[in-house]
Amino acid sequence: FFCSKMATLPRPRIVLQEGEGLPDNRIKTSKYNILTFLPINLFEQFQRVANAYFLFLLILQLIPEISSLSWFTTIVPLALVLTITAVKDATDDYFRHKTDNQVNNRQSEVLKDGKLQNEKWMNVRAGDIIKLQNNQFVAADLLLLSGSEPHGLSYIETAELDGETNLKVRQALPVTSELGADIRRLAEFDGEVVCETPNNKLDKFIGVLLWKDNKYSLNNEQMLLRGCVLRNTDWCFGMVIFAGPDTKLMQNSGRTKFKRTSIDRLMNTLVLWIFGFLVCMGIILAIGNSIWEHQVGARFRMYLYWKEVVNSSVFSGFLTFWSYIIILNTVVPISLYVSVEVIRLGHSYFINWDRKMYYAKNDTPAEVRTTTLNEELGQIEYVFSDKTGTLTQNIMTFNKCSINGKTYGDVYDELGRKTEINEKTVPVDFSFNPLADSKFQFYDHSLIESIQLRDRTVHEFFRLLSLCHTVMPEEKNSGELIYQVQSPDEGALVTAARNFGFIFKSRTPETITVEEMGQLVTYQLLAFLDFNNIRKRMSVIVRNPYGQIKLYCKGADTMLFERLHSSNEELASLTSDHLGEFAGEGLRTLVLAYKNLTEEYFKEWFKILQEAKTSVDSRDEQLATAYEEIERDMMLLGATAIEDKLQEGVTETIASLSLANIKIWVLTGDKPETAMNIGYSCRMLTDAMNEIFIMSGHTVMEVREELRKAKERLFGQSEGFSNGHVFRKKKEKLNQGSVFQVTVTGDYALVINGHSLAHALEADLEKEFLEVAFMCKTVLCCRVTPLQKSQVVELVRKYRKAVTLAIGDGANDINMIKSAHIGVGISGQEGMQAVLASDYSFAQFRYLQRLLLVHGRWSYFRMCKFLCYFFYKNFAFTLVHFWFGFFCGFSAQTVYDQWFITLFNIVYTSLPVLAMGLFDQDVSEQNSMDYSKLYEPGQLNLLFNKRKFFICIAYGIYTSFALFFIPYGAFYNIAGEDGKPIADYQSFAVTMATSLIIVVSVQIVLDTNYWTAINHFFIWGSVAVYFAILFAMHSDEFFDIFPSHFSFVGNARHSLGQISVWLVILLTTVVSVTPVITLRFLKIDLNPTLTDQVRKLQRARRKQKPLQTQMHQVYRTSSRRSAYAFSHQEGFGELITSGRNMRVRNLHPTSGQYMIAPVGLKTGIRKQLNLSWCIFVQLSYEAV
Amino acid sequence: MAVNYSAKEDADGHPSGGLGAAGGGAAKTRKPDNTAFKQQRLPAWQPILTAGTVLPAFFVIGLVFIPIGIGIFVTSNNIREYEIDYTGIEPTSPCNKCLNVSWNSTPSCTCTINFTLDHPFESNVFMYYGLSNFYQNHRRYVKSRDDSQLNGDNGSLLNPSKECEPYRTSENKPIAPCGAIANSMFNDTLVLYRIDNETRIPIHLNKKGIAWWTDKNVKFRNPSGDANNLTALFQKTTKPVNWPKPVYMLDSDPDNNGFINEDFIVWMRTAALPTFRKLYRLIERKNNLQPTLEAGQYSLDITYNYPVHSFDGRKRMILSTISWMGGKNPFLGIAYITVGSICFFLGVVLLIIHHKYGNRNTSADIPN
Repeated sequence: FFCSKMATLPRPRIVLQEGEGLPDNRIKTSKYNILTFLPINLFEQFQRVANAYFLFLLILQLIPEISSLSWFTTIVPLALVLTITAVKDATDDYFRHKTDNQVNNRQSEVLKDGKLQNEKWMNVRAGDIIKLQNNQFVAADLLLLSGSEPHGLSYIETAELDGETNLKVRQALPVTSELGADIRRLAEFDGEVVCETPNNKLDKFIGVLLWKDNKYSLNNEQMLLRGCVLRNTDWCFGMVIFAGPDTKLMQNSGRTKFKRTSIDRLMNTLVLWIFGFLVCMGIILAIGNSIWEHQVGARFRMYLYWKEVVNSSVFSGFLTFWSYIIILNTVVPISLYVSVEVIRLGHSYFINWDRKMYYAKNDTPAEVRTTTLNEELGQIEYVFSDKTGTLTQNIMTFNKCSINGKTYGDVYDELGRKTEINEKTVPVDFSFNPLADSKFQFYDHSLIESIQLRDRTVHEFFRLLSLCHTVMPEEKNSGELIYQVQSPDEGALVTAARNFGFIFKSRTPETITVEEMGQLVTYQLLAFLDFNNIRKRMSVIVRNPYGQIKLYCKGADTMLFERLHSSNEELASLTSDHLGEFAGEGLRTLVLAYKNLTEEYFKEWFKILQEAKTSVDSRDEQLATAYEEIERDMMLLGATAIEDKLQEGVTETIASLSLANIKIWVLTGDKPETAMNIGYSCRMLTDAMNEIFIMSGHTVMEVREELRKAKERLFGQSEGFSNGHVFRKKKEKLNQGSVFQVTVTGDYALVINGHSLAHALEADLEKEFLEVAFMCKTVLCCRVTPLQKSQVVELVRKYRKAVTLAIGDGANDINMIKSAHIGVGISGQEGMQAVLASDYSFAQFRYLQRLLLVHGRWSYFRMCKFLCYFFYKNFAFTLVHFWFGFFCGFSAQTVYDQWFITLFNIVYTSLPVLAMGLFDQDVSEQNSMDYSKLYEPGQLNLLFNKRKFFICIAYGIYTSFALFFIPYGAFYNIAGEDGKPIADYQSFAVTMATSLIIVVSVQIVLDTNYWTAINHFFIWGSVAVYFAILFAMHSDEFFDIFPSHFSFVGNARHSLGQISVWLVILLTTVVSVTPVITLRFLKIDLNPTLTDQVRKLQRARRKQKPLQTQMHQVYRTSSRRSAYAFSHQEGFGELITSGRNMRVRNLHPTSGQYMIAPVGLKTGIRKQLNLSWCIFVQLSYEAV
Repeated sequence: MAVNYSAKEDADGHPSGGLGAAGGGAAKTRKPDNTAFKQQRLPAWQPILTAGTVLPAFFVIGLVFIPIGIGIFVTSNNIREYEIDYTGIEPTSPCNKCLNVSWNSTPSCTCTINFTLDHPFESNVFMYYGLSNFYQNHRRYVKSRDDSQLNGDNGSLLNPSKECEPYRTSENKPIAPCGAIANSMFNDTLVLYRIDNETRIPIHLNKKGIAWWTDKNVKFRNPSGDANNLTALFQKTTKPVNWPKPVYMLDSDPDNNGFINEDFIVWMRTAALPTFRKLYRLIERKNNLQPTLEAGQYSLDITYNYPVHSFDGRKRMILSTISWMGGKNPFLGIAYITVGSICFFLGVVLLIIHHKYGNRNTSADIPN
């Protein structure tokens, strides 16, 4: 990885105290200022192909030999488009200016002229010395000089930079740390720093400090980077190394990857095709022109002069080509892109406004952060979900327990029947306990009774919970007790013990103090038998105030049951039944046991332990043996059951999404056991599944073998089915290099481990892996790193032309969110990182159902209809010129009035189709959710694809044909009612324009499924506006003002007063529309899609009361047993016993009643987790 | 990253979200408004194409269109129309001698064509001239005019628009009217006689009332000044190259002279298609007792000035009556009958299809 690349020192740079020539700390994310806005913005806009194309057309139109249209026909729409975009850009930039100013004007304390002065952030320069207070943001990249904590330590939170929420340690150089807070000495500090050039590597810094003729090498350990927050450190001083744009934060602020939807890409392809089509038509007409000029034009010259510049028919053809490019350009209307953006923006607002995606508890509405992706939400095939915080609430609650063969936690009614816990159930009142955690709820009153009855086993049970853990207590000033937990389930257990009267109060490396039923008891911690993955258990050995030595152990049932004393057999089997019950409810279980030790035995064992600890080689094995030695013949106490609370509605959402044929892959940092547990509780895994493949190989060979076996099972078994299962093997090759799509019946699931995944993702195995994974209904990837998460997403994107969505809440999901087509952030408990990287955000996983099945589906549906209609409309509008070309000597004469061409797309027809694109609904939201299958057309890309496009334009061409040839036939040699001929060019133009407006309006009437008042207003309004403008432009008044621009004077009056004109319009309309109605009717009647059926049903039901279809949550009855161990990490025992993370502090007595051991503890700083970014992505990451 | 940065700081600066909500009912929540518009619950009409709506529509269209078509067709067939091609291509034609006439040839070539009307023309008769293969709709031709000049704008009169090139100036004087359209104005003269016992009785041809009202009264105006002395108004201009006479000598009637000469106005209204007819004269019905044109022998005197042979053009004279829907044109009637029949037929076919194979199931079997 890139850690190694930075080995060489790049161009050295000296940071001088004066900081000459270096940038100040002002940051600028804005692009424009008032003066530069117009030129820069216009320049940027014309870099877009579409705008440049229209500019090109505009230039063409200025050449008189070519100009077939007035300049205003292009400049009006272009100006409109440019203005809309410019206004949007200006608003965006205004907000950037605002945030820039806000950040730049922050205050920080800078050491200047020998004293500390407040200075705005933007005035800080490289070389300045800054004082930081606790919880302040670091203003620039600083070299830590000294800090308030011993040894020059400072703690920072780097969440802004890398998303990790744990604290990290920075340590000043000893020489500088002794400067302390001595302002005078700091002011005299004249060290010179030679360092690397500014770069974006967050975990690397190479530099040298030259001070007092000594050289000190500097590295990342001494750096406080901009964007970090100082934590748990009262103050510190630092020298600015990089300021403003040089800081690592700003260096990292690269442009975010621009996401495009598949419709976007298709649209671009189609626009290119249309350009090709345009050029073809241009060429045909140009050739026609050459021939015409040669055959006819040359002889017609007495009436139609031939300009000197045009001296040959070929050259005339050439000019005509460009003329036709101009008049046919409306097949690619400039308003297309703007309209698409407007529609997407509208859809985004609908998502933002949706009350059903608003989470009242956090006051969080759904938020669209990227407004250009909406229709892709209707095409999702793969959902990649994080587990913790996304599927689950990341809240562990102590739910049930089994103590000495008796279960607690269930609630029974008067008749002794088990009842469900609901809001009315009275929870146990913990008010007797002043230190109880008010959030903890327990409903079984018998447990508290047992405690009050001083049941010895129950006491021992909770004593164990309060002693055997790695939790750090922190007592706030108010006397409030806060537990710093590193795994939430442990926290749940200790909190439960606390509420039941066994309050873990404080610890030192040697002691643990617990308030047991109001009595402060200090236990001597003799040994800490740490947890690891193989042991799946942890133990403590303590000596109680009476001198008894006890071993308390908690761990996975599989581990502990083997190590119980033989006398426990009966209890073990009873507890085992309970465990099965708990697991069946999706709870995480732990078994608790204890053992009494004699002084002699312990001493003997302790010797072995010491030897093991000091042994140089095979230390780990020796320790394991030592632990094994003592953790046996234990006495069973009972079991705990913790609920990893699923978010509300997760099961239903997953069920509904699966029905919609959306495959959900869970990618989690958790262990396979935990992941599978959640998989069962949200019904992604069921007992009914044919098989669950678990891949846990450590080497390529193992993984390959496992994959091969899985494949064998998948295909082999299917082929061997004789009991009614059908095996279909569609070997359709999607694309070259894509994985074969084979359909296998039966439900399979794949669970794969992080290290297996690493091998599976390698180039030679990835296909095989995907082959298996695509066959499985459920895929769980466990222990995956953030990088792997995104790799999996990329892999699926690469081999399946499917649209992917990644949803997550934590910093570890950022990669995945960014690499999927659509990233969704859960604005949950893990801060804002995922949300900020995401395209959509909301508070609860269950809103995903609504986002996809309702908003996504509608967006896709609307966008497709919009595009179809738009292309149809413009082909019908434009191709009339093509037909006319054959009758006007291919002279690029337009059929319509120039004003009509100018206004057609932006005034006459834009609003009805926009209204359809914004408001149309085929089926109601409720039905969209109820009939998940309605989602499938989007996945299969059925509503708008190349075929549909061709149908649309073929229909457009047909309409243009009818539009031209019906008036042609009707007007050929004809006179009007008053005997005056009506086949003049202007009447012809008005007739055709009016027919066109009516035909496209009728078409939108047919296309609109959902007629709101707005649709009515826009559709009828547009037609009315057409006539109003028509009459206005053909009025005497307009003509009097600009005779040369409104030469159609009197035309509307004259033409539209003719019956035959209306007969022509009526005939054209009927001829244009009939085929569509026929085909649509046949389709609905003979081969109705699900949508058609649901629409029919919806209509039938509308009269009746709407039927509420509610999904009832089905409780799982599973016999599966949880194989859960701890979710926390190894190595904490050592931290605790060494006391490295503890520090003596002033104590605040909670009550005057007891003497409290004068030991306070400080937030644990996990040296092990003090990882650089590099390691952060490489190591298996614990999803907290 | 930069965006992340500032946004986070915003959140840091003034706590929103959860804290705001916790602040109690008074705090402003971010809960979206419950309006029908924002929740996409606007009441709406949701039409569906069903057999109940589509099939009747087809039958109605059929039943309406067929009678209309028949009506148009019959009306069109009742229109009297007589057409003479007087181009003179055929060597036998009296106008053959004039075939290669050129502009301004003096003396004018004249020819006479006799013809017989088999049926009387009862109502008002319209006399048209028709041209074929004449591209009045060519882009360079269409735009070669100056509407300001034609509207009597004095500035444009002396300084015509560039669009008129190369018929903008002649001999350093501005051309009035400028441009290719005006320059190529049709200038044959047609005179109609009825032959009654070998005597030629001239038929009164009304040359006023042939142009659109708006053209005559709004669009075309002579330059302001003394309307009776057009010569002075057009003094600084010159005639179009092809014209034998300047524009102020088109007619003796001051109300039909200069730019408001109706023959000129009719010509200036360019045709949409290369084959077109333009109204030339009106023959008004004198009284109700006599048809306007009785059946019998007629002769047409043509002053043949307008050359069309060089580009294979044809010239025609048309006499026609009109009806409520205009002149004779069988297309519309046939088209209506055809479309009406097709719709009716489609209706029948669709009805059969719907009856036999149609999907009339009611939702009971919709898979979830």
